[in-house]
Amino acid sequence: MNGRATDLVVVGAGPAGAAAAMQAAALGVRTVLLEDEAAAGGQVYRAPATTRDMARSPERRQGDALRAALAGSSVQVEHGQKVWSVSGQYRVDVLGPQGPGHWQAPALIVATGALERVVPFPGWTLPGVVGLAAATILLKAHGMAPGERTLVAGAGPLLAAVAVGIVKAGGKVAAVVDLATPGEWAACLPAMAGRPDLLARGAGWLARLRLAGVPILTGHALAAVAATPDGLRATVQPVDSLGRPIPGGAATSFEVDAVAVGHGLIPSTDVTRLLRVEHWFDPASVTWRPALDAGFRTTRAGVYVAGDGGGVLGVAAAGLQGRLAGLAVALDLGRLSQVQHDARAEKLRRKLARAARFGAAMARMMAPRPGQFAAIPADAIVCRCEDVTRAEIEEAAAEGACEVNQLKAWTRCGMGPCQGRVCGDTAAALLAQFHASDRETTGLFTGRTPLRPLPLDQLTGEYGYADITLPPPAPL
Amino acid sequence: MPQRVDFSFDGVPLTGWAGDNLAAALMQAGTRRLRDSPRAGQARGAFCLMGSCQECIVWVDGARREACRTTLHAGMAIRSGTIADVAV
Ligand SMILES: Cc1cc2nc3c(=O)[nH]c(=O)nc-3n(C[C@H](O)[C@H](O)[C@H](O)COP(=O)(O)OP(=O)(O)OC[C@H]3O[C@@H](n4cnc5c(N)ncnc54)[C@H](O)[C@@H]3O)c2cc1C
Ligand code: FES
Repeated sequence: MNGRATDLVVVGAGPAGAAAAMQAAALGVRTVLLEDEAAAGGQVYRAPATTRDMARSPERRQGDALRAALAGSSVQVEHGQKVWSVSGQYRVDVLGPQGPGHWQAPALIVATGALERVVPFPGWTLPGVVGLAAATILLKAHGMAPGERTLVAGAGPLLAAVAVGIVKAGGKVAAVVDLATPGEWAACLPAMAGRPDLLARGAGWLARLRLAGVPILTGHALAAVAATPDGLRATVQPVDSLGRPIPGGAATSFEVDAVAVGHGLIPSTDVTRLLRVEHWFDPASVTWRPALDAGFRTTRAGVYVAGDGGGVLGVAAAGLQGRLAGLAVALDLGRLSQVQHDARAEKLRRKLARAARFGAAMARMMAPRPGQFAAIPADAIVCRCEDVTRAEIEEAAAEGACEVNQLKAWTRCGMGPCQGRVCGDTAAALLAQFHASDRETTGLFTGRTPLRPLPLDQLTGEYGYADITLPPPAPL
Repeated sequence: MPQRVDFSFDGVPLTGWAGDNLAAALMQAGTRRLRDSPRAGQARGAFCLMGSCQECIVWVDGARREACRTTLHAGMAIRSGTIADVAV
């Protein structure tokens, strides 16, 4: 496929990207929407990917409505297209079922969503231990629980969502282990008051778990998971409000065959780091976010970010941000006057402020606590690709590594095929703790291509090996 | 239409739902270990299910693939993604 020109390329067809593309297209902007998955919807509105019978959830219906709206719009939706490089002003390289190709457009909206953070603990690399976000994918796309008996642990609203999903899918939940206390949840109530629907849903989840007899341990953390002849043994312990184990606190063990664990969502900044736009560290959510103006413009002309990729604020905010970014593109490309733009944007901004209040409260509930990083044992693996332990990271720190890219060069932490998506946050937090510095000092892994490892056998035609900068392989 | 299909992992015959990705199908079939890590040789399985962590890499028809991003078809012969076990 040769390069094709358009006005706007949107990367990611979740609620943010889909809304952005439809808004811009409705104003006469020729828009191409690129999505890695086989169907639009993103994380919340994920389409089923199985021939098994599955119950229809409210999200499924909303997702179907979103997919129908996209199909009826003038947006050119390209599924199964993995964006692996963005360069120039702006060339977007994709790899799809028909092989490689690229698009060229003066405007680019990045709507690539979020990644999950899991703070390491002994046993987190064992097969059968999956992310909370991973569990939502198993439930939504495949109608299955991660195991027959699952321990659900970590922080934030995904805990209850996953536990209830498992119960509904016919699985057993050994326990829900929440870092937060009921008091911390209660402190969110004012911010949640604007969304009585979601509040009611949360209450319904808790009632459902009580009915199913699922123990809920608040103010507790997963201390370790060990393999046993029949499965996994998960040990949990009480922690204080900073996530530090309480000395003498009674540990409890659960015999399970799966563990779903997650400590919040992190904006996926692969593309924005590659484009070297400015990012800032947000201490409230403990995440790096691209710097954005009110029209979701980055510090690089023609590049916009909508949805979780700019800061994790939930599904309602993502859709509104998408529409605002679509309006900003239409304004910047001359399809709308400033007056027309402002008239439309003002109403959306008011709604966004309300949605963002709720989203920010949830993001705070998901934020990791310093004691979680401090509690990682020296021999626990932090970088799963290269099996780099906390002790190895701190040896490098003691020898002078102050920043994650130095750490990567010295220890290979972040150099493997995941490119630091899994370990980057923990490595940066550990360096900051070791040097008593801050996350601005420990920094972010530099973005590079390919954004995802590429199966070289699929890259026929347009490229030779020499055209691709590949990350060094893991040691054999 | 619900449809069961046969496939195999390291030569062991298994069945799964067509349309599932390989990571979900293998998990459903009780196969959790998909590969060993290259440096420490520890057992690993699918972790993120969203194409991010690369823990689910397996060999399919002689090519390395993300199990969580590859759709199950009848007759697929999947092999553990441990680098030393290069598929034959
Ligand atoms: C697993 C998971 C479950 C969640 N569940 C909920 C929930 O139940 N309720 C809730 O309010 N919030 C939930 N969240 C938060 C949720 O992400 C947001 O509410 C909302 O989905 C954000 O929308 P988005 O469009 O920004 O991103 P997403 O919905 O994540 O969509 C991003 C899209 O970009 C695509 N993409 C990414 N990189 C590339 C690339 N390189 N090339 C091509 N396509 C790419 C992805 O495939 C995806 O479809 C969840 C988050 C995750 C990660
Ligand atoms: S499970 Fe993480 S990439 Fe497949």
